[in-house]
Amino acid sequence: MNQWKNFTKGIIKENPIFVLVLGMCPTLGVTSSAINGLGMGLATTFVLMMSNIVISLVKDVIPEKVRIPSFIVIIAAFVTVVQLTMQAYVPALYKSLGLFIPLIVVNCIVLGRAEAFASKNNIISSAIDGLGIGLGFSFALVLLGSIREILGSGKLFNMTLYSENHVTLLFVLAPGAFIVLGYLIALINRIRKN
Amino acid sequence: MNYFVIIVAAILVNNIVLMQFLGICPFLGVSKRISTAVGMAGAVAFVMVLATIVTYLIQNYVLNRLGLAYLQTIAFILVIASLVQLVEIILKKVSPALYQALGIFLPLITTNCAILGVAILTIQKDFNLMEGVVFAISNAIGFGLALTLFAGIREHLDLQDIPKGLKGTPIALITAGILAMAFMGFSGLV
Repeated sequence: MNQWKNFTKGIIKENPIFVLVLGMCPTLGVTSSAINGLGMGLATTFVLMMSNIVISLVKDVIPEKVRIPSFIVIIAAFVTVVQLTMQAYVPALYKSLGLFIPLIVVNCIVLGRAEAFASKNNIISSAIDGLGIGLGFSFALVLLGSIREILGSGKLFNMTLYSENHVTLLFVLAPGAFIVLGYLIALINRIRKN
Repeated sequence: MNYFVIIVAAILVNNIVLMQFLGICPFLGVSKRISTAVGMAGAVAFVMVLATIVTYLIQNYVLNRLGLAYLQTIAFILVIASLVQLVEIILKKVSPALYQALGIFLPLITTNCAILGVAILTIQKDFNLMEGVVFAISNAIGFGLALTLFAGIREHLDLQDIPKGLKGTPIALITAGILAMAFMGFSGLV
């Protein structure tokens, strides 16, 4: 039961995007469509989970003073794994996510979980924590990507919903990202207060 | 002419914050006052130019020579993290006044994706060292410009009557969206 709580907290109560407002760069940068959001979300989830597992395994071996640099190296190693795998198997997605794949290294969510959770807890809790936070991040990205794709190109996961003559192109461009996320966070704040 | 295109493109057309979404964390985090925004912009400019030069040299003279190009991400982030530490130590000794001004912002810079982003973009765009430096300086100016403009707007925003649900992050994001819309006016300039 406790592990279940540990898992769901990342999705709703401590959602990294809507509640903690962390990791804004990929959130705004890649969500011009739902599929991009999903790809980025799953890539980050993998890195989060794997780095959480490894860090919780080696936490007792790493001296306190070089903690942060060691965490960054572990995270960067998994980011490189993701980068090479995506380049090989999903080249189209890799191309549209572009620069934001290597930039998972500097996503504050990943380092934040390593420092705040994995360096203090055992391997199973850390894995579940990473998975939960990662899925919460993916959920936020898919939601934001879907809204922008529906409003901006009249599609959802590449399926046409309505004619392109009626779309508001602004939403798939840069300003749309800021505006949609702004209203989404306002809406979620409102729901949480009630 | 080539340099001119790089400068205009980086500052206005593809503004690093508003169009490419790099460095959003400091953009939202330290933009409440103009004075702190200027301090942050200065620190970022300093580290960005240094980091671009060092990572360029490492990519071309170490990683490529040894066939280790796939270690780019790991190597770059380590270089940036140690560079930030080094800058902090040197500034403390050499120029305490500058350290006082930039000090608090320096540790934050390691996780600023604009720095790593510009370093990787310089390699991806196949710039030579000089073009890379110009690119880094222009991006730093673009970052400073967006940050200072945004801080100016937010100082005024504090005095406005904002609906309760929109206070804080939401209104900041919407304002940034409108600012980005204004910057869209520059597209097509180069």
